[in-house]
Amino acid sequence: MTLDACQLVVGLEVHVQLRTQTKLFCGCPTIFGAPANTQVCPVCLGLPGALPVLNRRAVELAVQTGLALNCAIPARTKWDRKNYFYPDLPKGYQISQFDLPICGPGWLEFPDPDAPEHTLRVRLVRAHLEEDAGKSMHDEKSGRGDSRIDLNRAGTPLLEIVTEPDLRSPQAAKAFLTELRLLLTYLDVSDCNMQEGSLRVDANVNLHIDTPSGKVATPIVEVKNLNSFRAVERALAYEQQRQWQQWQRDGKQLGEVPKQTRGWDENQAVTVPQREKEESSDYRYFPDPDLVPIAIDAELIERCRACLGERPLELRLRLQQEYGLTAYDADVIVAQGRALVEYFEMVVAKGASAKRASSWLQQDVLRTLNEQNLTIEQFPIDADKLGELIAAVEKGELENSRARDVFQYYLGHPQAGLEQARAALGIVQVDDRELTELCQKLLDEHPQIVAQAKAGDLKGLGALIGAAKRRNPNVDPRKVRSICQHLIEQQG
Amino acid sequence: MQLTIEQVRKVAQLARLEFTEEQLESFSAQLASIISFVEQLKDVDTEGVEVLSHPHALQDALREDEVQEGLSRQAALANAPAHDGECFLVPPVLG
Ligand SMILES: [Zn+2]
Repeated sequence: MTLDACQLVVGLEVHVQLRTQTKLFCGCPTIFGAPANTQVCPVCLGLPGALPVLNRRAVELAVQTGLALNCAIPARTKWDRKNYFYPDLPKGYQISQFDLPICGPGWLEFPDPDAPEHTLRVRLVRAHLEEDAGKSMHDEKSGRGDSRIDLNRAGTPLLEIVTEPDLRSPQAAKAFLTELRLLLTYLDVSDCNMQEGSLRVDANVNLHIDTPSGKVATPIVEVKNLNSFRAVERALAYEQQRQWQQWQRDGKQLGEVPKQTRGWDENQAVTVPQREKEESSDYRYFPDPDLVPIAIDAELIERCRACLGERPLELRLRLQQEYGLTAYDADVIVAQGRALVEYFEMVVAKGASAKRASSWLQQDVLRTLNEQNLTIEQFPIDADKLGELIAAVEKGELENSRARDVFQYYLGHPQAGLEQARAALGIVQVDDRELTELCQKLLDEHPQIVAQAKAGDLKGLGALIGAAKRRNPNVDPRKVRSICQHLIEQQG
Repeated sequence: MQLTIEQVRKVAQLARLEFTEEQLESFSAQLASIISFVEQLKDVDTEGVEVLSHPHALQDALREDEVQEGLSRQAALANAPAHDGECFLVPPVLG
């Protein structure tokens, strides 16, 4: 039996920090990087007698996300306590949602990494709101080897999105996460910054293996500590190999051994068993008596639906249908965010063809943004001006390489218009007589190129075009080529 | 209702309580009688009654997403058994 007989099966749990000003159940701010224990109050410290009050915005953001993920939104949702002891959890329980999550089953569709014009669909089990724990740091400096606890993060609103085990490859898992992050960014419900912990991923992984006696499943492993999408991809590929070898060694199937938790070690590029929290599976959930249930009425749902806007998947399709872009080009533009899509549409509205606009965006604009570390909102050339510039190329008023000179000029002179740029760069249209004279002169100077061309070898024309551009940067290379050919033919 | 010593030991462990063998034995009997008392509720016919998740009829006690002043760090750490002026200190947490 070979590795071909085994199918990787993956489900993901994604924790997303919602973009609120304050925590889920208290008015403490949620700013990342504040000095330790300066964003705390009796509620998030779990002091006796303090009572939680739910943040309205967190509910709205969760509903909005749920709607964008095609989730059923139940009319009623409630709060439960998840009980466990850990030093970063001051109350001894986490306020979470057990049996009535704010978002029910849904799905997310995303481009198939193996065939970008097709999509894959992953079903979602649910998405629920919960509060984050604090941060524990083990620091040798503190002398006694104690751990230090910072509770700034405790109580921050998280939405935990749980998928069905519908993913079948490490690449598909990465593509799903990429689309999810893009969607959340479009919705502006989270900043999705993995370095700052506002998007965290755990993966449940096993293999389905075809054996002569039927399909068997290997024990499910939960992989944690996945700090980047690349880490997800690598860890899953590693687990596929590891579980296959493990199964060949011991033949253990799902249900025969307890679920294992492993952590991804980025440096060693391996997963390693993690020490289980004792009895960690026994959380003894029960309804939180401090919090009343929430009714999600139709009015709230409609208000949240109105905020959704076009989702990346819909936008990609529209850019293809409305502008005739390829799936690839549409994806590159959409992946840059809503602002770049709007920029693209404004450029086209100014008279640029979609194809040329897309290529200018992907090459000149995106390269400049990367080089100068800018967002499109900070980009010095506004969409109207770029649209006008490309339209001039489109109409043959400006040669493409001269348009690139104008583009560079605009970068240094944000206030300049096209006329000023033309004047500053000495761009004048070369009339046909002038151009014909120049071509004739070049042909006279290069008799062997003419001879070659007459013999059917046109390679030398490139050198003539280069020479023409050096004498007059405003010449249109296509015109030089056709005039030279014409003159050579006339010579007979 | 019967409770085994093992069940009581597990519940105690989850609550981080340490009991002697005698305590475990006497608590088994006491817990069993508490559960039996509550079990009487099973006799009530709840056919067609909606599950109650909260005794209050109140719903939607929400607050606006506005920052409110919390505690100073000094005040936050004041009652901690150990701190270093910035963080709470606890016995080492590994992994
Ligand atoms: Zn607080």
